[in-house]
Amino acid sequence: MKDNQMTKTIKGVAAPLPLANVDTDVIMPKRFLITITREGLADGTFADLRFGNAGGPRPEFILNKQPWTQANILVVGDNFGCGSSREHAVWGMRQLGIDACIGISFAGIFYDNARKNGLALPIVSPETWDLLLQVAGNGAEITIDLNGRRLTAGDVSAPFEMDNATQTALIRGRDDTLDSLEHAGAIRDYEAELKNEMRVSVIK
Amino acid sequence: MSRTLYDKLVDAHKVCDLPDDDMLIYVDLHIMNEYTSPQAFSGLDTKGLEVWRAEAHLAVIDHVNATRSNEPHDAASKLLIDNLEDNCTKHDIAFYGLNDPRQGIEHVVVPEQGLVTPGMLIACGDSHTTTYGAYGALGFGIGTSEVEHVLATQTLRYKRMKTMRVMIDGETAPGVTAKDIIMKVVQVVGAGGANGFAVEFAGSAIRHLDMAGRMTVCNMAVELGARAALIAADEVTEAALQGHAHSGRFAFNGESWRSDPEAVFDKKVTIAACDIEPLVTWGTSPDQSVPITAHVPVASDYVSPKAKAALARSLQYMGLTAGQSAQSIAIDTAFIGSCTNSRIEDLREAAKILEGRKVAAGVEAIVVPGSAMTRIKAEAEGLRAIFEAAGFEWRPEAGCSLCLAMNDDIAMDGERVASSTNRNFEGRQGRGARTHLMSPAMVAAAAIAGHLADVRDFK
Repeated sequence: MKDNQMTKTIKGVAAPLPLANVDTDVIMPKRFLITITREGLADGTFADLRFGNAGGPRPEFILNKQPWTQANILVVGDNFGCGSSREHAVWGMRQLGIDACIGISFAGIFYDNARKNGLALPIVSPETWDLLLQVAGNGAEITIDLNGRRLTAGDVSAPFEMDNATQTALIRGRDDTLDSLEHAGAIRDYEAELKNEMRVSVIK
Repeated sequence: MSRTLYDKLVDAHKVCDLPDDDMLIYVDLHIMNEYTSPQAFSGLDTKGLEVWRAEAHLAVIDHVNATRSNEPHDAASKLLIDNLEDNCTKHDIAFYGLNDPRQGIEHVVVPEQGLVTPGMLIACGDSHTTTYGAYGALGFGIGTSEVEHVLATQTLRYKRMKTMRVMIDGETAPGVTAKDIIMKVVQVVGAGGANGFAVEFAGSAIRHLDMAGRMTVCNMAVELGARAALIAADEVTEAALQGHAHSGRFAFNGESWRSDPEAVFDKKVTIAACDIEPLVTWGTSPDQSVPITAHVPVASDYVSPKAKAALARSLQYMGLTAGQSAQSIAIDTAFIGSCTNSRIEDLREAAKILEGRKVAAGVEAIVVPGSAMTRIKAEAEGLRAIFEAAGFEWRPEAGCSLCLAMNDDIAMDGERVASSTNRNFEGRQGRGARTHLMSPAMVAAAAIAGHLADVRDFK
């Protein structure tokens, strides 16, 4: 299948998580960051919200309740993912089975980290967000059409925002590092134009 | 055509356009720490890639190391520390480890070593990389996948942001510091108010700040969502470039690293310097702050049900009562440190308050200088003696420590900390720990009083 023929749709139960300013310390507490791999982070994701001090699940937390234990989409509050740059937050959410977060605004580094890991972050209007929060609260499914930039859930059908580069990255799922190395010639040309005093050399 | 400082910096570093309005931008200097880089190096290995330009990177240990000694406090932190050293050795990258006299918090070390000059682009796997905007350089935080991308290509995929100018004119009142200025900006603009923007700080109150103050301002700009923060380079900046290990080794002149007078910003915010008081946070987001003379908010201060609910949740976590006075909040711990406020200038300001005074009974007070060089300088100036005479614990090693509690400095459930750091998130300093952000001088005042206190009462 050619790249331009690929499609991507995310569908599933959505959980409401409407708190504003959910930061990456809350998404992935630091005690799970002492690691040199990307793996094993599912249990750390939202750990202080999901589990009590004794380690048992907190029954009142949305992802511990039926049917949201099956949720692969979150409807999140304003400025989701603020704070630390830790990509572990996104790795953990993916490992927990989260495919998309629908929100009104996202913190910049989190947004870019999500793009690198196939986590879709559709941005909707406050009015649509209110409707989707009700849908999620009812335990209903939401369908996210990345190609058409449109969300549907029952009677609700609304467009969402997503910049072109992020949309392309999510649909194609390619490796940015390898893609960028195709421009090695341009990077060398840029470096060749740099004056000597613009070449940083860190003293060891 | 008139351009903003931000646009000049982006234009100067553009390598080529990419599809979908992306571009490749060139990274002059890349900083790494031990906790956001391991998976980037293993990514290189998996893909069989080399480091593009090894001299353009610096790795520093700061996040997980104990600051009580130069030995890792447990096996897990040792694994991260050793992993970074091994990766740097393998790829021939400069590494300032625990026994290096240049070691410290990355954003303290880089300026101290003279590694930042106006016109540069600096990336680092740490959100507080906005700090370098204080020098008229473009600094921003990146995730680990982007760390790998910089290592392999010396570039990043980038989308030009919108621009916001925050103008702060006038004179600040005595007792008001750079920390109070940026906390005020966060309060006014909101915790996500600058998402998608590069923010330039301007106005006489900014120009009158020294470089340490400018770094504090730019450092915490990420707490309003800014992906980049900038202050125009001027004679204060030029003076700060001299006398460091890397001084004169590189320069990015040829442009005026300031916005053109007619440059157009997408958004403008104005704050009068005279409206800024010493601030403390009462909640769990950096924009939840009040003047030290004021009270914790009450529900009727807010209109929307969402805001009222957020207030209730924050107060519950923080163990506070709506409407109680800020100065009635008793503390357990006082912490001076972090990339926001652990420079020599910060330690001097705190020492002025502490001199001849004692920390209140029952308060544990800790100071962690931002770097080994800062610590040695402070000790030579007699600051250590002042801190210790007042009852502060003076840490012998530098690091982030209790700012984010990734080492063995972890606040207990319910423990209340007056902190010169940058984030008061739930769980930031330990599960259930309660953080109040403020300037280093205000932390010193709180340590002495045993509760949040007005630095202006300590003359």
